[in-house]
Amino acid sequence: MRAALAWLLRGASLGTVGFLIFGPILNLALWAVAVQWYFPYKLPLTYGLKYWYEVFKPRSDAIESLTTSILIALFTVAACLALAVPAGYALARGRLPWRGAILLAFLLPQAIPSLAVYFNVARIFYAFHLNGTIAGVVLVHTVHGLVFAVWIAAAAFAAVDRELELAARNMGASALRGFLTVTLPLAAPGIMASAIFVFLESLDEFTGTYFVGVPDVTTLPLLMFTASVAGNYQIAAITALILLVPSVGFMLFIERFLKSDVLAKVGG
Amino acid sequence: MRESRLAMVLLVLPALAVVLALFVYPLSLSVISAFTTKAGEATLDNFIKTAELYRDDIAFTFVIVAISTAFIGATSAAIGGYLVLGENPRAVAVLKWLYRWPLFIPFIVAAQCMRTFLAKNGIMNNTFDTLGIIDVHDAVGLLDWRGIIVTFVWKQTPFVALLVAGAMASLDRATIEAARNLGAGRLRILVEIVLPQVSSAMVVGLILSFVTMLSVLSVPIMISGGAPTMITVDMAFRINSYSDYGVANALGLISYAMTGAAAWVYLRRGVASGGRM
Repeated sequence: MRAALAWLLRGASLGTVGFLIFGPILNLALWAVAVQWYFPYKLPLTYGLKYWYEVFKPRSDAIESLTTSILIALFTVAACLALAVPAGYALARGRLPWRGAILLAFLLPQAIPSLAVYFNVARIFYAFHLNGTIAGVVLVHTVHGLVFAVWIAAAAFAAVDRELELAARNMGASALRGFLTVTLPLAAPGIMASAIFVFLESLDEFTGTYFVGVPDVTTLPLLMFTASVAGNYQIAAITALILLVPSVGFMLFIERFLKSDVLAKVGG
Repeated sequence: MRESRLAMVLLVLPALAVVLALFVYPLSLSVISAFTTKAGEATLDNFIKTAELYRDDIAFTFVIVAISTAFIGATSAAIGGYLVLGENPRAVAVLKWLYRWPLFIPFIVAAQCMRTFLAKNGIMNNTFDTLGIIDVHDAVGLLDWRGIIVTFVWKQTPFVALLVAGAMASLDRATIEAARNLGAGRLRILVEIVLPQVSSAMVVGLILSFVTMLSVLSVPIMISGGAPTMITVDMAFRINSYSDYGVANALGLISYAMTGAAAWVYLRRGVASGGRM
């Protein structure tokens, strides 16, 4: 009797948690396939893929902004890795002066509310004609992503056994060759994780793009925002789903990329 | 090692330069701009105008973010606590699988989910109606300040819970088992033994969430259109409608000050506990 009651309580609590977590996602998914849905009907009146054709028709706004978003995200990953791999290696290996202060500097964009910084960046960009350009948006996304890229890269390099690197050097490999053939491959899973994370952060970024990207750069989040504010629930739901799928996928697979020995060294 | 210090500094320099040029420089520009007129003279007018126009919104923002932070803390303590103290392995596994889902979902998508879920005709009201708890015809949606809090808590709890649960998992279980053998209940073990030992992970997670919530523009616009609203919306309005960088930056400075206050509370607590955090 007591066991049955305990299970009932457990089931009800977990059910409530599940409802609170999945209810909002389910509601979004329903809007994505609803053709007609209005009060007081609890479920859509007619279902269909009508709006999917609209979103995915050739040369639609959605396809264009998805392409823009992916392009920006790829450039951002390239820029972040080019900056973060050397920086992460130096932070992990070298006896850097002011190491703590430097780590803290990379943390700043996460530790200070960034909205006011973004519109001041936009103000600076006017002088360089970077507003409304892909390059301007990539720069803003790079600063935002750099925190994760540098911290994860530093942790990934710190987790690589230093003896292996020394062995390669003792056998006559140059510093660069030792790095490229020994250290980098061993740190690759961590670097890979940070690359995926930076890609996602860039794909999802809204506020910085809102200030710097106007009027010419429309990424998928900006398109979704416009559709939502205009009351196009189906279009907003479909574009939101496109953004949701990679985020959830990353959440489910993160542990395969980020090994616990790397996680333990983040911020160390 | 043969690697010279200079080489190491050179490796860090490009990344550091980008952060300085594109974050620290605009940040200092925003502080200076808050205290100067358009002509470049020193002034406090921006703050006087900000206080006149946005006093309510500043209070509203602080209350929203503070309540959300409290809920996020309580919920992640409950989730972490159940994961570490739960006696039923199957229920623990289910919760572990469940709670992480919103972790990487962007705010803008979370806002769109909630915009439909919390609406008068959303799944929440309709489910309660079906269960006979409310009548949806008399119900109102939660698309106001409550909706903003729900969205923030939904989105940020998994992040803090992940940090807290990680810290809890690496605790020495001997004290927990000892307390359990002495007959302490699970709630008491959580509050008196587990939580004090993970307080630094908890506070770091909460401060990062606090900062994040103060930077989000999409959620207040999409969840609650009306007044009062959050200062992020006011900043965007000052910029887009009036190009009024003075008042917008004064509001920005207030958001930095709120973060500073939160960090100060954290540091003071650290000193009070003898720096053991």
